Amino acid sequence: MIFPFKTRTDATVSCGFCKEPLTEKQLLSGGYICPHCGGLLKMPPRVRIESIVDKNSFSELYSDLKSVDFLDFPGYSEKLEKARAATGNEDAVVCGRAEIDGYPCMIFVMDTRFIMASMGSVVGEKIARTFELAARRGLPVIGFTASGGARMQEGIISLMQMAKTSAAVKKHSERGLLYVTVVTNPTTGGVTASFAMQGDIILAEPNALVGFAGRRVVEQTTKQRLPDNFQSAEFLMEHGFIDNIVPRRDMKKTLSAILRLHNTEAGK
Amino acid sequence: MTAYEKLKTVRQNGRPTAADYIENLFSNRVRLCGDRRFGEDSAIEAGIGLLGDTPVTYIAIEKGKDVTQRIKNNFGCPKPEGYRKALRLMKQAEKFRRPVICLVDTLGAYCGMEAEERGQGQAIAESIMEMSALRTPTISIVIGEGGSGGALALCTADTVYMLENACYSVISPEGCASIIWKDSTRAPDAADALRITAADMKNFGVADVVFDENFDNFKGMCKTISAQLKKDVDRLTSMPDSAILQARYDRFRKFGIYEEGGVLHGTDL
Repeated sequence: MIFPFKTRTDATVSCGFCKEPLTEKQLLSGGYICPHCGGLLKMPPRVRIESIVDKNSFSELYSDLKSVDFLDFPGYSEKLEKARAATGNEDAVVCGRAEIDGYPCMIFVMDTRFIMASMGSVVGEKIARTFELAARRGLPVIGFTASGGARMQEGIISLMQMAKTSAAVKKHSERGLLYVTVVTNPTTGGVTASFAMQGDIILAEPNALVGFAGRRVVEQTTKQRLPDNFQSAEFLMEHGFIDNIVPRRDMKKTLSAILRLHNTEAGK
Repeated sequence: MTAYEKLKTVRQNGRPTAADYIENLFSNRVRLCGDRRFGEDSAIEAGIGLLGDTPVTYIAIEKGKDVTQRIKNNFGCPKPEGYRKALRLMKQAEKFRRPVICLVDTLGAYCGMEAEERGQGQAIAESIMEMSALRTPTISIVIGEGGSGGALALCTADTVYMLENACYSVISPEGCASIIWKDSTRAPDAADALRITAADMKNFGVADVVFDENFDNFKGMCKTISAQLKKDVDRLTSMPDSAILQARYDRFRKFGIYEEGGVLHGTDL
């Protein structure tokens, strides 16, 4: 569930849900939806952005921010190196400015291939800057969340990112500007407990795992058997925490409709 | 003491709990309950009282004194309704321009099935976001354990105090050790790696004031804390709202150590 696909050496991959083999081409043309079982596979941030925004409208920002192992934390430097090599990115979120059907917005997409998209200084700083710039420019923010939570390898500074990002979201909100969250698989911990749950409108991808504590932690705490759909997007929607579950193929259309309804510059 | 020994110390039963500090810090108290949405969570002990002559709202995480109370209070792990009660009282304090004083002592937010059903993550997210922009002075004191998001929900304040042995961490050292080494008995090593002590927090700028612990003279210790609270409440109430809000924004905005264009940022914290 947590690792929807694994890369094989021969550049073919297997679906993390049904284990059937897939080619890169099948993935790209099929919008990272498994043609065998319909499972939603992990979409690299730039592929996600291309699937949502108008052609050539995306300009990336803050891409040169780099994480630092300032606590000399066991294994962190190696983890960072591996994640950089695997993704070609400096950290776990891609941010920038784009247009969706002509409506300008700021967009960020988190990348679970990078240390489970945990939030350390760089993720927190990029998210905060995204909201601050959006507030100055009067732009809405569209955010695709996915994360294992705060990045413990940065100690208390990672926890403080929850406060830093939340304060930036609030400032943006107080300007009367729109923030739409799309929670994707999996969104947990400190990201759920900060900007993932602070959108004016919260959308989710089908079957996405969304929660605060991990399933195992909840089971250990309560010694209860949990329902199979526990912490699924559908479970959260039933409990009133999500506005809508949107299939991948409808995502652009839905976001465009929302932007249009919020009277952005291009919509006037 | 090592970091983990400090944590063990503050987790021990018999140490003063939030109720003891409330008793000594605030007079003329009126206790307030409930989140007006779902229920009452006794893990959050809250009300209005006088700090000297100033009415303040106090919001505290209370672990409980005996086994019955500790079970009732979930050992100081608040549920979503606890955080929503805290937020309700913060908004009420804002309405009446009362300073908010939070006392924090928790392993973390409660991790049960019903907590997830009622949106533990959302409750904490909202608390942090609203507290970051609350138009009234806010002061938080970590009196024991400051466990992750469940503590931060009551710590997004203008100024943060800690007691000498209090700890504040993004994850419990046990949880951290079982993730890195698959061995929770290495919690002492994790505690060192995470930097969780009050002294560490002072270095990072996460805590502003650290109080010596002297439980043989608990009343005297509370007097010292009270004097600091009065000083900070006076300082903050003399500031215009916009200045308080800007200072609070900057306080949290500065956290972050990273490299940009070959330049290291944030190490001057």
